This record gives sequence, C-alpha cells and structure tokens, in this order.
Amino acid sequence: MTKIPTPAQGQQKSPIVSMEAATQRRARMAEAMRQSKLVRNLITPEGAAIRLKLATAGERAGAFLIDIIIQWAIVIATFLGLIFVMGAMRNESMNIAFAVWLVFFFFVRNFYYIIFEIGQRAATPGKRALGLRVAARDGGRLTANSVLARNFIREIEVGLPFQFSLMGMFGSSGWMALLGLVWSCVFLLFPIFNKDKMRVGDLIAGTWVIRAPKAKLMHDIASVTVNQGGSSRYAFSTAQTDAYGIHELHVLEDVLRQSTPDIKKQVAERIRIKIGWVKQAGETDLAFLESYYGALRRRLEQRMLLGDRKADKFDVR
Amino acid sequence: MSRDLLKSYRFREERQADWQKLDLILTRAENGGVKRLSDEEMLALPRLYRQAVSSLSVARSISLDQNVISYLESLCTRAYFFVYGARTTIGERIMVFLRKDWPASVRAATLPTLLSALFFFGGWALAFFLCVQDMDWFWTFHGQNFFDGRNPDATVEYLRSTIYTDGYGEGELSAFSSTLFNNNAQIALFTFALGFAFGIPTAWLLVYNGVMIGSLYAVFWDKGLGYEFTGWLAIHGVTEIFAIILAGAAGFIIGGAVAFPGNRTRLASARAAGQQAATIAMGCVVMLIAAAILEGFGRQLINSDGTRYLIAAATGVLWTAYFYLPRRERQE
Repeated sequence: MTKIPTPAQGQQKSPIVSMEAATQRRARMAEAMRQSKLVRNLITPEGAAIRLKLATAGERAGAFLIDIIIQWAIVIATFLGLIFVMGAMRNESMNIAFAVWLVFFFFVRNFYYIIFEIGQRAATPGKRALGLRVAARDGGRLTANSVLARNFIREIEVGLPFQFSLMGMFGSSGWMALLGLVWSCVFLLFPIFNKDKMRVGDLIAGTWVIRAPKAKLMHDIASVTVNQGGSSRYAFSTAQTDAYGIHELHVLEDVLRQSTPDIKKQVAERIRIKIGWVKQAGETDLAFLESYYGALRRRLEQRMLLGDRKADKFDVR
Repeated sequence: MSRDLLKSYRFREERQADWQKLDLILTRAENGGVKRLSDEEMLALPRLYRQAVSSLSVARSISLDQNVISYLESLCTRAYFFVYGARTTIGERIMVFLRKDWPASVRAATLPTLLSALFFFGGWALAFFLCVQDMDWFWTFHGQNFFDGRNPDATVEYLRSTIYTDGYGEGELSAFSSTLFNNNAQIALFTFALGFAFGIPTAWLLVYNGVMIGSLYAVFWDKGLGYEFTGWLAIHGVTEIFAIILAGAAGFIIGGAVAFPGNRTRLASARAAGQQAATIAMGCVVMLIAAAILEGFGRQLINSDGTRYLIAAATGVLWTAYFYLPRRERQE
C-alpha cells in the first residue's frame, strides 16, 4: 500500500523538496523504469498496441512450484489409493496395477503441462493462479508443437540438475557430479539472465510467458461528483486542484478503492492541510476524498487535453 | 462545472456495456470452450474486440482512471489471444498429428535419422566386436554386477532362461516393462532435449546406448544364443530402437540449427527447428508406448522364435511404411 508522501514543507509553494520526498520519488521512478523493461508492445493486426507484461523469473518459479506440488499430490494420492486397493488384490494383478501407475506417473510428469497449455487459456493451474499464460513470441498462434517443444526441454532444465545432485549424493564421483550440477544450472538459471525471461524451452519453442491477470471493472469514483452535478459544497479552486499530479491521483484512487477508514482519515487530513481546506460541518472524510478525487481528475484531464501531463506534485510549471 | 468536462467519465459510460459483454463472452469461452458460445455471440465477438482495442488506445490518452486502463489492458489481451488463438480441440489436434504432422516431420528428417542411426549402430558394432574378441571389454562397459547376471560368466542355461518366460509371472514382467518404458521415454526426451548443446550430448547418449546393447549382444552371441537373443530383442526392439534413433534425430535437428543457423539468427533458427523436432520427440513417446506393450505382453506370451521374428518384421515394415511411404496431399 503506497501512501501519499508527506507534504514537503507544509503549504509552502517553493520548489524546495525534502530529502525524504526526493528519495521516494527517485525510487518510484526507478521502479517504473524497471517495470517498463518487462513490457513488450504487441501490434495487433488491427494496428492497435497491446502491452504485454512479461512474467518475472520469480513469478515463473512460483507457478512452477505450485504445479510441482499439484503433480506430486496427484502422484502420491494415486499411489496411496493403489496401496489401499492392493489389499484386495492377488499378487499378479497388483503388479499390473503398479505397472499402470508407473506409466501414469510418466504422463503426469511430462504431459501435465502440455495438456493445460494446449488448452484455451494456455496456462497450467500454477500459472493460472498467478495470472500468467504462455504466448507465441511473434504474436501469432501458440501452436501445439511449440507447447510440446517447450515442455520436453524441461527435462534438461529441471531433470538434469536433479539427476546430478542425486549422483552427488549416492554416486562415487563427487567432482563429476559437482561439475555436472554447475553445468546444468546454466539451464536452470537461464531465465534470470536474459531480458525476455525465457527458459531454454521458450527459446526453442518460440514462446514466452506473459502476465495476463483478469482485472475487474470497478465503479468510477468520479461518478459521485458527476452525479452531484458539481454541488457548491466542495468547490475547489484551481490552485487547490493544482496541488497534486497524476501520481497522487492514482494513489488516491488506490486509497479510495481498498484502504481502511483509518487510512482514509489520515489521507484526508493531509490533503486538507496541503490545499488549505477548512473542514466544514458534517463533512465526512470519504465524501471529501471522493469530491477531491473528482475535482483533481477533472483538472488533470483538462490539462491533458492541452498536452500538459502533470506527472506528480513536484512537476511545477 | 458541467458534466462534459469529465470526458473520461462520459467515454466510459458510453462503452462499458460493450466491454462487459465482451468480458462475459470471454469468460464463458475460457471456462467451457468455444462450443458454448451462441452464433450471435460469435458474430458479435470481432466487433466487440475491435471496439475494446480502440477504447484502450483512447483511454490511454484521455483517461486517468487506473482501473479502467488496467481493465481494458487485460480485456484486450484476453480477447486478442482468443480471437487469434488456437481453435482446434485436442482430439482434432491428435488426428492431425497422427495423420500428417508426425510422418511429415520424420520424413523431413531423413538425414539426421541416418546420422543418429550411424552413432547408435556404430556404438553397437564397436562394443560387439570388441567384446567378441575379448570379453574383458564387457566389464569395462558395464562395471561389475550388471544386468542381473547376464554377463560373460553366466551359463548358457541361465542366459537361455532369461530369453524365454519360464519362471516369471506375467504381472511381474509387465511392471518391469513399464519401468523400462518410463526409463526409455525419459531417455528419449533427454536425447532430444540435449540436442540443443550442438548435438554433442545426443551423439554421446546414442553411442552409449548402442554400446550397452552391443556388449550384451556379444555375451549371448558368444554362447551361441545369437539367433534366440535377436528374436527376444527384435520383437519390441525394432520399435524401441527406431524410437531412440528418431529421438536422436530430433536432437540433431536442434543441434544443427543452433550450430549452423545459416542466414537466420541462432534464435530464429532454433525456434524453427524446435517445433519440428518436438513433433518427432512426441512421436517417440508414442512409439515407446507401443514398444512397451509389445515387450510387456508380446514377448512374455510368445515364446516361439519364429513368431517373434515375424512380429518384429511386421512392426518394422509398418513403421517404415507409415513414415516413408509417399502419400497424396489431402485437399482441405
């Protein structure tokens, strides 16, 4: 939860910015830069640009972990089920059941990803949980062949380091195992060291993993002020609406959408001080914030029409 | 202050019903597949999609409502992938794979297949001739206590008993063969996947597997069981070895594409080769399933050498015909 930075010097209009605020601003800009490195523009055949955000290595690792847990849950559950049923079985049919289970294990291991990624959502349950999906790098169709390729390659990215560490634990040639482990970790850590966050499998298959979370359309906060028809109760002056910029508007949107009454109260207090607003009788924090949000957005949009984007409150012109 | 000043508000009010309609259709399609959409919805979809995309570009330039922009971003991304995404069901896909893609990509890989076979049989022949001349080589290749006593020190009677099913129960052997399938399929995928390191590990794996079989072959040959052992091996081995060689070929395709990208970038070259190779590797898994069935049931139930040879020959002919017989392109 981001908070509105404390007003620099009370109500002073001077461009003197406190050290703390400047540091925060710089950190914010750096974060925006970092985020923008993960954005790829996809031009649709209609000529519109869609921004695709690549999944970070961490998100992909998280999705993979969830998938591994699900796979193991399936494998162990069926194994336990088999043991349970085995009591009633003769020795021979028990062996056949075990054989079937072994083949089942192979399919869960290798085809779990393929079946889910060939589907409409192009995502395994783990990816779905984190709002990720697989997409073709050239923006075209994700073909079944690509899905096969990217998942068969997983065998060396995960299987190889695993086998080498097993070799290190049980085998005699410790140095060989260590060397192998280091070598195979090149594949495992590959996504961290390229700008598209691709696995080797992605590279071979021509795919990448993007963030495609489902967003909900929430109500427009400005509807409150619009429907009031701009009642005179909260008439903010231009100077008052010019106190903040787009960044603060977005923070205010977050505050209004998802914070506790306590935080809303603090924020309202701070804004009142900053813009020199005197609290009127019967004025609630929520009503004040919503009205100010409406007024600020209106003002910023007006300025935008003239090509003037006020990035944040430090952006004085 | 009039309503008109908040342009983004009016903009949203006019269009959000359509956004939500698109959202609803997409959600339904994602959950239940395309079939659950009515004709009307399918017709409306392209229009709604184009409208959402244009809304997004407008919203980016006039709106400051984060929620609207991120909603439209997500909606357009989902719609884009749906409109331009794969439309085939898994069933259709499997049919296309079996009828066209698989044999076509195997046929297109004749040269890598020959290369792969050369490595495999080269390893085999090398090990065989070395071992036949001097059985000590067997221990070099296998180390001690390997192959449950099927080694140069075993008696002819013991070796013969491993070829025919006398003492084994049926079930035990089918478990054994599914273990082998797991192992082989994993090795096949490995052979394919390692190809991308210029094909070097793939070549090594092929030679290694050839050496393993070749040296074992020499043990039986040495004891005068060559004919019987060939039948025992061939009934499933024709399929299995073919699969391993094809997996090697798939690895070489990728390795070759990475090593010699030609005019393309290494990345583009690897990508183009990767998809063909993956189809072959997928096919290898199918072949190994067939081999496991032949091994688990065929080999255990059939103890006659002649029948074993017959089945082996039949599988050989069938696979060759399936892959390499020229076929007419079907007009679709």
